[in-house]
Amino acid sequence: MAKLKSFGDLETLKKSITGKRDPKKSVIAICNGTGCQAYGCKSVTAAFQDEVKKQNLADKVDVMPIGCPGFCERGTLVMVRPQGIFYQRVRPKDVPEVVAAIGKNSVVDRLLFTDRQTGAKVTHESDVPFYKKQRRLIIGNNGLIDSTSIDDYLAIGGYNALAKALKMKPEQIIDEVKKSGLRGRGGAGFPTGSKWETTRNAHDEVKYIIANADEGDPGAFMDRALVEGNPHSVLEGMIIGAYAIGSHQGYMYIRNEYPLAVKNMRTAIQMAEEYGLLGKNILGTGFDFTLKIQRGGGAFICGESTALMASLEGKVGEPRAKYVHTSEQGLWGKPTNLNNVETWANVPIIINNGAAWYSQIGTKGSKGTKIFSLVGNITNTGLVEVPMGTTLKEIVFDIGGGIPKGRKFKAVQTGGPSGGVIPESMLDMPVDYDELTKAGSMMGSGGMIVMDDKTCMVDMARYYTEFLEGESCGKCLPCREGLRHMKAILTGITEGRGKKEDIALLEEICATIGDAALCQLGASAPNPVISTIRHFRAEYEAHINEHKCPAGVCKIGAAAVK
Amino acid sequence: MVKITINGRNINAPEGVTVLHAARENNINIPTLCENEAVAPYGACRLCLVEIKTAKGRQRLVTSCLYQVEEGLTVQTNTERIQKIRKMLIELLLARCPDSDVIQQMAKEHGVTGGRLTPQTGNNKCILCANCARTCEEVVGVSAISLSKRGVERELTTPFGEDNSDDCIGCGSCSYSCPTGAITMEDKNGTRKITWPHNEMKFKMKKCSVCGQFWAPVKQVEYVAKTSGTPVTDYDICPNCRE
Repeated sequence: MAKLKSFGDLETLKKSITGKRDPKKSVIAICNGTGCQAYGCKSVTAAFQDEVKKQNLADKVDVMPIGCPGFCERGTLVMVRPQGIFYQRVRPKDVPEVVAAIGKNSVVDRLLFTDRQTGAKVTHESDVPFYKKQRRLIIGNNGLIDSTSIDDYLAIGGYNALAKALKMKPEQIIDEVKKSGLRGRGGAGFPTGSKWETTRNAHDEVKYIIANADEGDPGAFMDRALVEGNPHSVLEGMIIGAYAIGSHQGYMYIRNEYPLAVKNMRTAIQMAEEYGLLGKNILGTGFDFTLKIQRGGGAFICGESTALMASLEGKVGEPRAKYVHTSEQGLWGKPTNLNNVETWANVPIIINNGAAWYSQIGTKGSKGTKIFSLVGNITNTGLVEVPMGTTLKEIVFDIGGGIPKGRKFKAVQTGGPSGGVIPESMLDMPVDYDELTKAGSMMGSGGMIVMDDKTCMVDMARYYTEFLEGESCGKCLPCREGLRHMKAILTGITEGRGKKEDIALLEEICATIGDAALCQLGASAPNPVISTIRHFRAEYEAHINEHKCPAGVCKIGAAAVK
Repeated sequence: MVKITINGRNINAPEGVTVLHAARENNINIPTLCENEAVAPYGACRLCLVEIKTAKGRQRLVTSCLYQVEEGLTVQTNTERIQKIRKMLIELLLARCPDSDVIQQMAKEHGVTGGRLTPQTGNNKCILCANCARTCEEVVGVSAISLSKRGVERELTTPFGEDNSDDCIGCGSCSYSCPTGAITMEDKNGTRKITWPHNEMKFKMKKCSVCGQFWAPVKQVEYVAKTSGTPVTDYDICPNCRE
């Protein structure tokens, strides 16, 4: 394929791609995300490819491996388009029936989703309750393309935003992003446009941009799904950002535990380079931008921007104080703009639709949609994308289908291991950056861990403290030593050795870590403990005073009672 | 020069210096353990936290060893909030290094009695401030010791955790920069012994051809000769006799 040398070349290519596609042809789209791979989607995909040939339907049906559409609970997921039929829990033995049904224009009833409330079978993807209340601007395209095919991405309007942006002035793009109200999806929620502007205005010829794909929160996998399932959307956002900021070199820092994400992104970069969408003189505009992948070193702390940059430089991934912002002095001392994967993926949507359109979605202070990974004691485990401001209740009950096994909802932890828990009384809270912070938790990268009444909140706080203790880099004293003692105290409480003074002591240590830690990993590390003490103090007291675990989780031995 | 106030006192400080530096120049004491002017600021011990208010009115806690002075900055070094944080930090230090005289003295000065946290054993007196490793890297330039592992398992170690580091020249800079006396050095009978929390190493010392005193480790002399491009025989006479 010859390199695209102008906007006209891109248009011609797009026309030739869409021209070759037969709109009457059915497509069997099979989720090939990491989650569905665990269900065996690869053999399902192979079975579909064989079966289509066997039933002589190759000229009527295409088989397309797609990225994660989010409903991980029900994998392997299979969608038949354009009919819009949604099959769940498909196994290789189901394949001949599904293919035959396409030939006969019918539906395989037993593989359809059953609405738990009505007991009715749901045929179409858009009618499945899990998807109904979602607004899938970012992750929705995962289901429409084979992520290893740049042509698929171009066919759904991919790189239109890049072409549009390259015709704009860099300042106009920044202005558009600022007006959109987009805030960083990595957790801190810093206004993206302002960050770009600072980096653009920083006095240095050389500037870098970075995509943070070092998703480390247990139970969070939205960034993985994006990089695996729609890598070009992230790439496109980055190229636009690089042009706006004036950067010619970018890095994609992907955690090494995401092999498929690394592989798919590598393919995407290579394809974009072949088409001339990355590299020198992009689309004949004279703008150069190259992108390299750096695999993460396996540390949670490397998701923190300064630690990530240290790691990228080949140093130990430890954070530093950010009194001089990384947008002024970041990677190798040069102005550096780092954004999370999901933030970058929002950029093409903003450029395509305009800031005015984008800023209508969401709340006053938090615009757009956010992808949450809904896990724990929840009926519909998966990735959920909703407009900011959707209430927790809607997410947990309407989309998530509530708590399984007839149990009761107890709390939801948002923001990953260093987020806080939110109790039932606060379920009507609209989810956005500011509301979550007010409630003593945080947006974080968007993890949501749902807990039922069989969860012991003290044990849960102990678990996260232990996780954070293990992931603390150890550079600063309060985080390293504070977490060590917090874990010891919490372990004591869960084993029946708690003392009356423990709660106050925990609170004191928490306050010091929160105030004095060097980085945000440390500063937010006390959140699980602070929030469980705040909302579930009685459980701590029951452990300490009565040597009882109300949830029946902690094995408090008889010896300890004495 | 920029105008700032520290604890209500008006101070003129040169541009680019840290708040800690400006305070010291004006005899205002801010406690610290990991700060050492020979190496780049690090910000690990957190004892030097102060409360600031910028000219624009933004208030927050910052590490004074890292935060640079700026026009109109107001600094408070000893507020109730700061005292509370420092006390807890010292309590954590005391539990980590119960045997360190320096920490015990600091605890006494700040009214920290300890006893609430389970003390650790076997840490010697090391608070993991990395002064030693940073001095070895930034000042000496040999990186013979470094901190390894993560979090609570963090420790001072030689390359690959070997008992003997071939890289170490025995200069003892690490022991001079250690704030808590966790690294000791002893010269005796022509041998220098350096003791780190995890191991000890011995170095043969060079004898002055004039006075007969053992004056520096042979390895250090060789290193200096090599890096300065001077013949090693230039160091046969000790600095005292050379004068």
